[in-house]
Amino acid sequence: MSVDTDARFKMVEKTMKKLGYDRSALIESLHTAQETFGYLEPEVLKYIARKLRLPFSKVYGVATFYHFFRLKPKGKHTLVVCMGTACYIKGANKLLDKLEARFGIKAGETTKDDLLSLLTARCVGSCSLAPIAIYDNRPVGKLDEERTLAEAEGMLS
Amino acid sequence: MIRSLEELQELAEKKRCDDEACKEELRVCIGSTCLSLGAEAIQKELDSGVKARGLEKRCRVKGVGCNGLCAAGVLVSQVNKASGTEILFESITESDAKALLDAYETGAVLESKRSDTTRAFFTKQKKIVLENAGYIDPDDIEDYIAHQGYAALFDTLTNALPGEVLDEVKLSGLRGRGGGGYPTGLKWESVAKVESEVKYIVCNGDEGDPGAFMDRAIMEADPHRILEGMALAGYACGAEQGYIYVRAEYPMAVEKLNRAIKQARQLGILGRHIADSGFSFDVEVRLGGGAFVCGEATALITSIEGNRGHPRQKPPHLSDSGLWNAPTVLNNVETFANIPPIIRNGGAWYRGFGTEKSPGTKVFALTGQIVNTGLVEVPMGMSLREIIEEIGGGIPDGKKFKAVQTGGPSGGCIPEQHMDTPVDYDSLKSLGSIMGSGGMIVMDEDSSMVEVARFFMEFCQSESCGKCAPCRVGTTELSKILGKFSRKEATARDLDQLRDLCEVVKETSLCGLGQTAPNPVTSTLKYFESEYLDAIRKENA
Ligand SMILES: Cc1cc2nc3c(=O)[nH]c(=O)nc-3n(C[C@H](O)[C@H](O)[C@H](O)COP(=O)(O)O)c2cc1C
Ligand code: SF4
Ligand code: FES
Repeated sequence: MSVDTDARFKMVEKTMKKLGYDRSALIESLHTAQETFGYLEPEVLKYIARKLRLPFSKVYGVATFYHFFRLKPKGKHTLVVCMGTACYIKGANKLLDKLEARFGIKAGETTKDDLLSLLTARCVGSCSLAPIAIYDNRPVGKLDEERTLAEAEGMLS
Repeated sequence: MIRSLEELQELAEKKRCDDEACKEELRVCIGSTCLSLGAEAIQKELDSGVKARGLEKRCRVKGVGCNGLCAAGVLVSQVNKASGTEILFESITESDAKALLDAYETGAVLESKRSDTTRAFFTKQKKIVLENAGYIDPDDIEDYIAHQGYAALFDTLTNALPGEVLDEVKLSGLRGRGGGGYPTGLKWESVAKVESEVKYIVCNGDEGDPGAFMDRAIMEADPHRILEGMALAGYACGAEQGYIYVRAEYPMAVEKLNRAIKQARQLGILGRHIADSGFSFDVEVRLGGGAFVCGEATALITSIEGNRGHPRQKPPHLSDSGLWNAPTVLNNVETFANIPPIIRNGGAWYRGFGTEKSPGTKVFALTGQIVNTGLVEVPMGMSLREIIEEIGGGIPDGKKFKAVQTGGPSGGCIPEQHMDTPVDYDSLKSLGSIMGSGGMIVMDEDSSMVEVARFFMEFCQSESCGKCAPCRVGTTELSKILGKFSRKEATARDLDQLRDLCEVVKETSLCGLGQTAPNPVTSTLKYFESEYLDAIRKENA
C-alpha cells in the first residue's frame, strides 16, 4: 500500500481538503478512511496525522476513544447484534450467546478463517423490530434463536 | 433562488397546485424501520404498477417519513387530496402491492390490510413536531415549503427583530427536549446577550439512549424543520454558523440532512443574505463516533473540535465559551424541531398544549413489552397509563404490566402504582426517574428489575470516559455488585454498599453521565426492593 499510488488515500485527502486541513477534520477524516479502507490501519492513521499536522498519539487516541472506529480488519461477513435496551428486554443476550457458541468466538472477534466478525451495537434505532441483528448491512428484526442462526448460516453459505 | 417571502409563498402555491393536478397519492413509509422490512421494493413495485396501469395522471407514489406505528410496518397510505381522506394499510409486503393496486384501480379498498385509524393510537396523539412526518417527502424541499416550510424563517427575516424571536420562544415556555428540560428561550437569551463576532448554533443529534429513536425519526422524516429551527436560533442569537452532530450509526439521517442542506443552499435558504436580508446562516453535519458521553454538551463540543469526547467542568457555560471558545447554543433535535411552529403560530399558541410548567408536546419511543411499539407524540401532562394502555395498546400476550423505564441510562423504572402520574419534567423527577429524551421501555411481569439495573450500569461502565475516578471506578464496582445480585449471590453487606456507592457516584462525578448513572439502581431499589432482598443468599441474610 503506497500513499502515492493507492487512490484510496485521495478519498481521505478530499475530506481533509474540504475541511481546510483543520485539526477539527480529524474525526471526519477517520470516518472517510474507515469507509474506504474498511478499517484503520496504522499506515492510514500515520497519513492522517501527517496531513493534519497532528501527533500520531493524538490520532491514535481519538481513533481508540470512539467505538465506531475499528483498528483491526473485519471478516468477510459481519453480523451485528443490537444490544440496546429494547432488544435486551426482548432477549438479545440469548441470541448473542447462541451465536457465540455456534461460531466459537466472542462478540468483537472474528473467526480464524476470517469469514465472520461478530459485533454488537447500542441500538440501531429500529427498536420496534426488537430483537434485531444486522447481517452484512441487512437488518433482520423480530428474531428468535432459530432464525438468528439460520440467517447467519444463510449469509455465510 | 428565493429572495423574499413572496417568492417563497409563490413557490409553495405552485407546488400545491402541481400536487393537486394529481388527485391521489400512495405514500410508502421509508423510515428506517419500514425500510428494513422492505419498503423500498414496495415503493418500486407500486410505482411501476401505477405506470403500467396508466394511473399516473391521477395517482402519485411517494416515499414519506415515519408515521409512528412502526410495529405494523410497512405502512402505506392512500390519500385523496381533494376530499382530504386517508386510508392506511399496515403490514404491507411486496406481494401485497399488486393486490393493493388491483383494488385501487377498481375504486375498492384492500380491506384485509386496512388499519383501524379510529384507535386511540391515532386519535389521542397531538402532532406538532411530527406534523409532517408521514406526509411529506423528506428528499424534496418543495414539499416542505408547500407545507408552510421556511415560512416562519422568511417572515421573521422580513418582519421581525431578533428580540421578537426570543420573546416568542420565551413565551412558549419550551423546555429542552434532550433530557434536562432547561428553558430554551433563556438559553438563547444568554447567548444573544454576549458580545461576540463569532457564535455557533449546535444541534445535538447524538441520541445516545440505547432504545430511543425519536430524533432519528425527525431527522429522517423532516430534516428541513431542524434547519429552519437552527436558522431561527441563529437569527435570534446572532450566529451565522450551525453544526448538527449526528451519531454515525444513523447513516440514513446523515444522508437526509446532507441532502436537505444542499437543497436549501441551492434555493438560497441557507447561505449569504437569506431573503435579501442582512442575515447569513449555514449548517454542516458532523459525525459522532458511537460514544454515549458525546451526547453531553461539553463533550460534544470538544468532539466537534476533533478531540476525544471528554466532558469538562462547567462553568464556563457554553453560552460564554462553547465551540472554539465562542458563545454557543446547543439544543436537542426535537427542541429545534419545535421552533418553526412556535414562530409561525406564536408562543401563546404553543402554551395552549401541555401543562403550565411543561408546555407543548413530547415525542416518545414506545418499546419493550407493548403492543403498539413505535413513535408517539402527546401533549405533556398525559398520564403514563393513557400512553401505555390506550395509545400503546397495553401489554401483549395477556401479561401484566410491571414497570416502565424512562430516561434510559440516566432514568429510572416507574411501577404500576404511579401509572396515573402526568408525564412532565417535574412529576417524573419526583418519582426518581427523568423525562430524558423520550425513550419509554415497557416491561411485563417476567422482567427482572435487578437485571435492568445491571444492564444500565454495565452500559454506563463501558461508556464512562474515564476522566474522573468516582464514575470510572464507581460504575465498575457497582456493576460487580449488581452482577452478584443478578446471580443471586449477594450478601446483606452488598446491599448496603450498593446504596452507599450510588450516593458517592451521584454526588462526586464530574458530568451528567456519572451523576445520573445510579438512577436505574436507586429507582428499582425504591420500588422493587424485594427483588434485591430475594437475591441475597439465605445463609448470608
Ligand atoms: C451522558 C449524557 C448524554 C447525553 N446525551 C444526549 C443526547 O444523546 N441527545 C441530547 O439531545 N442530549 C443529550 N444529553 C443532554 C445534553 O447534555 C444537553 O443538555 C442537551 O442536548 C441540551 O439541549 P436541550 O436543552 O434542547 O435539551 C446528554 C447528557 C449527558 C450527561
Ligand atoms: S462522570 Fe464519567 S463520563 Fe463524566 S467525566 Fe467523569 S468519567 Fe467521564
Ligand atoms: S434497542 Fe435494538 S434497535 Fe433500539
